[in-house]
Amino acid sequence: MALLRTFLLRLVTTIITLFGVAVIVFVVIRVVPGNPIAMMLPPGATEDDIAQLQALYGFDKSILEQFIIWLSGVVQGDFGTSISTRQPVAGLVLNRLPATLELSIISLIFAVLMGGTMALLGTRYRDGKAEGVIDVIAGMALSIPDFLWGLILILLFGVLWPVFHISGRISPALNIDFSTQFYLFEAILRLRFDVIYDLIGHMLMPALALAIPLAAIIAQLLKQSLKETMHLDYVTLARTKGYSEGKVITREALPNAVLPTLTLVGVQFTFLIGGTVIIERLFSYEGLGNMAIDAVINRDLPLIQGIVILFALLFTLVNLTVDILYVVLNPRLRNAR
Amino acid sequence: MQDERGALKRPLGLRLWLSGSWLTLLFFAALFAPLIAPKDPLMQDLFLGRMPPFWESGAEPGFWLGTDSLGRDVLSRIVYGARLTLIVAFVAGVLTCIIGATLGLIAGYYRGWADRIISRFVDIWMAFPPILFAILLIAVLGPGLFSIIIAIIIIDWTRFARVIRAEAMSQGAMDYVASAQVAGRTKLDTMLSEILPNVLPTIIALLTLEMGIGVIVEAILSFVNLSISTDSPTWGGMISEGRTSIHQAWWVLVFPLITLFLTVLSFSQLGEGLKDRFDPVLR
Amino acid sequence: MTAYLSIRNLTVTLTGGTPILRNVSLDVVAGQVHGLVGESGAGKSMIGKAVLGTLPRALTISTGEIWLDGVNILTLKPSQRRQRIGAIAALIPQDPLTALNPSKRIGPQITRRLVDILGWSKQVATARALELLAEVQIPDPVRVMRTYPHELSGGMRQRILIASAFAAEPKLIIADEPTTALDVTVQKQILRLISDMQTRHSTALLFVTHDLGVVSKVCDTLSVLYAGKVVEDARMHRFFMRPIHPYSAALLAATPTYTDPTGSLTPVSPKVIKAVEQEIQEHDMRARQ
Repeated sequence: MALLRTFLLRLVTTIITLFGVAVIVFVVIRVVPGNPIAMMLPPGATEDDIAQLQALYGFDKSILEQFIIWLSGVVQGDFGTSISTRQPVAGLVLNRLPATLELSIISLIFAVLMGGTMALLGTRYRDGKAEGVIDVIAGMALSIPDFLWGLILILLFGVLWPVFHISGRISPALNIDFSTQFYLFEAILRLRFDVIYDLIGHMLMPALALAIPLAAIIAQLLKQSLKETMHLDYVTLARTKGYSEGKVITREALPNAVLPTLTLVGVQFTFLIGGTVIIERLFSYEGLGNMAIDAVINRDLPLIQGIVILFALLFTLVNLTVDILYVVLNPRLRNAR
Repeated sequence: MQDERGALKRPLGLRLWLSGSWLTLLFFAALFAPLIAPKDPLMQDLFLGRMPPFWESGAEPGFWLGTDSLGRDVLSRIVYGARLTLIVAFVAGVLTCIIGATLGLIAGYYRGWADRIISRFVDIWMAFPPILFAILLIAVLGPGLFSIIIAIIIIDWTRFARVIRAEAMSQGAMDYVASAQVAGRTKLDTMLSEILPNVLPTIIALLTLEMGIGVIVEAILSFVNLSISTDSPTWGGMISEGRTSIHQAWWVLVFPLITLFLTVLSFSQLGEGLKDRFDPVLR
Repeated sequence: MTAYLSIRNLTVTLTGGTPILRNVSLDVVAGQVHGLVGESGAGKSMIGKAVLGTLPRALTISTGEIWLDGVNILTLKPSQRRQRIGAIAALIPQDPLTALNPSKRIGPQITRRLVDILGWSKQVATARALELLAEVQIPDPVRVMRTYPHELSGGMRQRILIASAFAAEPKLIIADEPTTALDVTVQKQILRLISDMQTRHSTALLFVTHDLGVVSKVCDTLSVLYAGKVVEDARMHRFFMRPIHPYSAALLAATPTYTDPTGSLTPVSPKVIKAVEQEIQEHDMRARQ
């Protein structure tokens, strides 16, 4: 019951937020001074050309009319036509989405593994030198944004000690036919370990760049939460039962300490997804973000509009998932009537 | 106990001192760029393309940190690039701060419908990927210094509004505010003379952090060629160029990268340091 | 009669040197209940924590011996010590509301250590847990095993903690103010339950409390603690008939008795406190020399 109510409530706010995002994107693109159609055309286009194009993209109607037309298209899965490629926006965007999703999820896994390890070690050796070292590392990692981490990784592992791929998604030499755009997922299903190796090798650097700041946040939040939990009576009781300190932390304290950090990590994960835009560019990774920047350079407004709304959808879906996970993992809420 | 606290304070002081010095150095470099820069940052000389920095063999005297593929002096371009970086950092930072903090104060202290409207906008803003939002705005406004500043303000005002709203709310619940109002002061007067001074430390710390964000946003936008026109030197533009010639001329990437790294780190360390200093709980 | 737990000259100090326990010695005989009485802050909980190895980080054992089942556990390596204590001793904690892990069901919280530490099979451990839950008079044990702590009352949770403490048939149980956090009506039931369980399993029990009335009902012997020092060590009858130390006498006079509930209470006089404090000062002087 509680689960269903939370879900429905969140679903409604999600839809409202998405609608708000759509309105803002739509208005921003059309209200700002400067004719968007004039911006699309090469210099020297005639008035006639402009009028023709305006009619084609519906810019000659009022903003409200345009919005209604656009929205009714969106509801049917039609996001308009890209100006630079003359293909449907929905198809273009969905084709690139899997690459970005795979990168984001691998980054999240890295971040959780690195941040979790740091938090557990920091708790195990708390109030000692080791904890101080972890605090300093997390502090540094946090004050440097993913863009800079990406550049630093390129320098370290692409130039000084060139062991990892620093551009692309897959080696062209591999030459295999994928039936979906989820390369990694598909390679895992097909048990093509050479392909998995190659894909992970390409993702490693961009994923690390995205993961490092998030790992630092996880390390800080989870460690604080763990340390608070370590003072509680049931943890002390577990100690008298003969469990080692490490087991006491992972078995007794961790399940309860994870919960308060979950919501914050969810918000931070949306920032990570946002970060893929620039990181994909930096590592020439063929995902949504890379396409977004090309779209801006080409002034492809329908495409930009589609990408921004898709990103907003991803954000709200992550938040929704976190809220549901929170209820599922919390026995107090799960059984509440 | 006393000793432990002293030990904690000392590295904090060093941190503030180091970041402050770097930023001061950068400020003067930007201010007196024409006097400091050894060369004209725009001067091209294809015969002097990709000269290494001074300690490597084959370096050209006078070009201390080497040249890029068009023979432009890397050091001079970094010095001139500091101008644009710092203008964006200060102007965008201060304007974002003023707008965001004002809205946050109003929402947190006046509450009611003002709070409801502002908070709803903050929620919608949170659903936007910040970098994508920036790129969208630049796409609409067109590349340029002015666009970058506007984009940062539009995107980041919520950062101030959120924090200051929460602070103003907790301050507004304090007894001294109630007693100021009982004494017959107007709400506006109370907000400016009682609440504002108490949230000012937080505002200053946030402002410093925001300047660091301004630096990185400018670098990212010039990296993807959406900043100001290509002929004025920017760190992001240099990094973008250096990224493509990384195997032939590492110095074109490394020096602007180090400068950017130190600047971003300094702003954030300064901001975090100020936050710690002002936070009465940590103090 | 040999003591199962024997503490000899235990001194525990705060980092920096302030003693929390001064030269404490006491014995708990197998199958008997030893009360440990004192005001709050006297350090009585710290004795239990020193034995179980859960002293706060700021405290260290500076001197002394803790003999448990014939072994001085302070000479063992930490991991050996932990395992030994886990196998033969158990704790009944003070606050049942915080002593159960909120994210786990009751069943695993009782059985897990039986499987992990003692190497029992899962079925045997579950059967044992059910048997014990029935023994502590929990209705419908099968259902309770599947519940989460927040679904149960404080009294129920304390029963579960008692069952859990007895689950591995420990030879020593330390009960740290086990009834303080409960309602007065529940207190009596829990006290009776602990006492019954102790008799049935013939465990050595160290009963830490500030309540002499409670001690009079369950204990065979007792130690009175003041400011980290044992001021009196006695058998129950003798103590209540004729306390030797002036602080004990004063404490006794300040406790309501069930035999004479209308009788007036006498607060511990400042003179007595001064005398005890002088004694402790002398002890510290001697320790320093």
